[in-house]
Amino acid sequence: MAARTVIEVSDVRKRYRLGVIDRSLVTDELAAAFARLRGKPDPRGDLHAVGGDQRAGDQFWALRNVSFNVAQGEVLGLIGRNGAGKSTLLKLLSRITLPTAGRIRMKGRVSSLLEVGTGFHPELTGRENIYLNGAIMGMRRAEIDGLLDEIIAFSGIEHHIDTPIKRYSSGMKVRLGFAVAAHLDPDILVVDEVLAVGDAEFQRRCLGRMRSAADSGRTIIFVSHNMFSVQSLCTRAIWLDKGEVRADDSVVTVVRDYLNECSAQTNEQVWTDADAPGTDEVRLMAIRAVSADPEGLFSTTTAITIELDLQNHAITDSDLNIQLIVHTDADIVAFISDMTESIGTAIWPLGANIVRCTIPSDLLNDGGYRISVLFQRKGNRHFLVQDAISIDVQEGPRQGAWFQKWQGALRPALHWVR
Amino acid sequence: MDAENRSDWDVVIEPSRGWWRIDLRELWHYRDLLRLMVRRDLLAVYKQTILGPLWQVLQPLLTAVVLAVVFGLLGRMAPTDQPPLLFYLAAVVPWTFFANVIQRTSQTLVWNAALMSKVYFPRLVAPVATTLSTMVSFLLQLATFFVIALGYRVFSDLPWAPGINLLALPLLILIMTALAFGCGVLVASLTTRFRDLGFLVGFGMQLLIYASPVIFPLSLVPDGSLLRLVIELNPMTGVIEGFRAALLGTPIDLGLLPYSGMAALVMLIIGTLVFQRAQRTFADVV
Repeated sequence: MAARTVIEVSDVRKRYRLGVIDRSLVTDELAAAFARLRGKPDPRGDLHAVGGDQRAGDQFWALRNVSFNVAQGEVLGLIGRNGAGKSTLLKLLSRITLPTAGRIRMKGRVSSLLEVGTGFHPELTGRENIYLNGAIMGMRRAEIDGLLDEIIAFSGIEHHIDTPIKRYSSGMKVRLGFAVAAHLDPDILVVDEVLAVGDAEFQRRCLGRMRSAADSGRTIIFVSHNMFSVQSLCTRAIWLDKGEVRADDSVVTVVRDYLNECSAQTNEQVWTDADAPGTDEVRLMAIRAVSADPEGLFSTTTAITIELDLQNHAITDSDLNIQLIVHTDADIVAFISDMTESIGTAIWPLGANIVRCTIPSDLLNDGGYRISVLFQRKGNRHFLVQDAISIDVQEGPRQGAWFQKWQGALRPALHWVR
Repeated sequence: MDAENRSDWDVVIEPSRGWWRIDLRELWHYRDLLRLMVRRDLLAVYKQTILGPLWQVLQPLLTAVVLAVVFGLLGRMAPTDQPPLLFYLAAVVPWTFFANVIQRTSQTLVWNAALMSKVYFPRLVAPVATTLSTMVSFLLQLATFFVIALGYRVFSDLPWAPGINLLALPLLILIMTALAFGCGVLVASLTTRFRDLGFLVGFGMQLLIYASPVIFPLSLVPDGSLLRLVIELNPMTGVIEGFRAALLGTPIDLGLLPYSGMAALVMLIIGTLVFQRAQRTFADVV
């Protein structure tokens, strides 16, 4: 007998009208109308602009033709890049907003956790907030009454339960919020990865709780861009790409294809003689990032070599320096590496030259980096190739059970002694 | 076949069509949340204050004292057969409720934006909770009125003598609440798109007090004047005059009340429908 379908998503589309996003002042509304009249883009339009047919006029299709079914007891991972529509789908499943077309149907009690401790009020005590948060999550008072002792014990903050939570540390608030969430007991659980914050020990309890929920026949939809947590938790995965279902298969297959594509993207750029950046003296012909991993994946635990192909037309001395400037996705300079600092100077032969710089393993964090190349002559800027390539670093295998994104532009492996 | 299967599904998420979509059963299911939100509103505001909920009473009381001194004693606008303090308190208490409900409910969507972008609950719960918590303050203030009025009855040579009119009080409270709630949620729906309205409402309520008989009795405004027309068009006029008639036994033009009642009903329906429509995609706009 086939498993019972408990979630049915059929042909769901969601359109955002760019003109109405984040519109808060009448003057903006007028400015937008005026801009449209003159055929200019809306000055306060949607920030995560996506090219191609996803965008038409002032409309943006965050989701298009998304259909899938989920059977009871399945643990489904939703993966995809930023802006692929994961959070939009999550919002639809959570009933925070409605689709533009299509229909989602679900059977049983649905709980959606996009955040822990939603609606906590700082002036109220921990105990009062358990009731408030529980009610916001759809629990009845009688239910909370019955679970109260268990929730308090689970949170591990019995001593402070009658203190206003504005005196709590952020970790304590998360514990309290998760303790409530862990006792929701829904048939269908929709979870965002941002849920799992806190220390490693707490993290393990979260995942353990989700796993036991899955084992006891609950249906779970888990949204993440961390492939290792998806693989460890889910049986099936859906890959969303530009608002559409790109793949829907076993978690192993989908994650493998997804990682392959992430690696294959913009980590190489090759120019022709006509359009190569540079000057009459020297030009950058190509730049590529090469992973030490046999499968070519970029991960936090593999070394990555940046290779530059130069064409030297006229430099006959040693006075040419190259710097790599590495930005994070958040536009922070993660680091700058200077060639001369590392290997000194030497005469440049005319013609083709190859320069390599290796970024060691266990230095980059998981996430995207953009690499710019700066050429210097006589200590001055000669030319800059802004954002020549970008690399998407995936989480490597880790010790322990920490599945969250680490904070920080970098994640170097440092030496500890005790 | 869809129609048959519909009952198998507990949650159906579809694009919104039509206007009349108020799931009262669902609202009822969330009554615990409603109760807790009212509690939160009442508790949280006065934590760490010395006088606590006493502020709820002091605010309108002091306003009434000031009005009684400035307009009653100096301006001689209050009728001489009534204690000026009671005359003003009887109007300030319902007016305070009306102004507070409109101001607070008009902000509920914006104030609860963080909450509403993270979790589903019937959005109508938020303004209803705000109205109910304001209602608690109102009842406290009304009780204060009766305490002071009894004081007048015992100690004053201008004694308080309420009549059978007092029985109209529940009806007046009903009209006042419907009117305030309707206006509040209507403004709330528009505020999601135009934040400017939030400021306009605060300022507008300060001005609107002059288009109502709070500071002066309606009888003081000349018949046929423009001001008279404006005041009579204000549906709160009937409520204020009604409160005075009920609490103090002052004469009232009975034609005002059906108009206020109708206006309240219309505002309640329009406000709720517009709100229900606005809240569906509210999370997309903030």
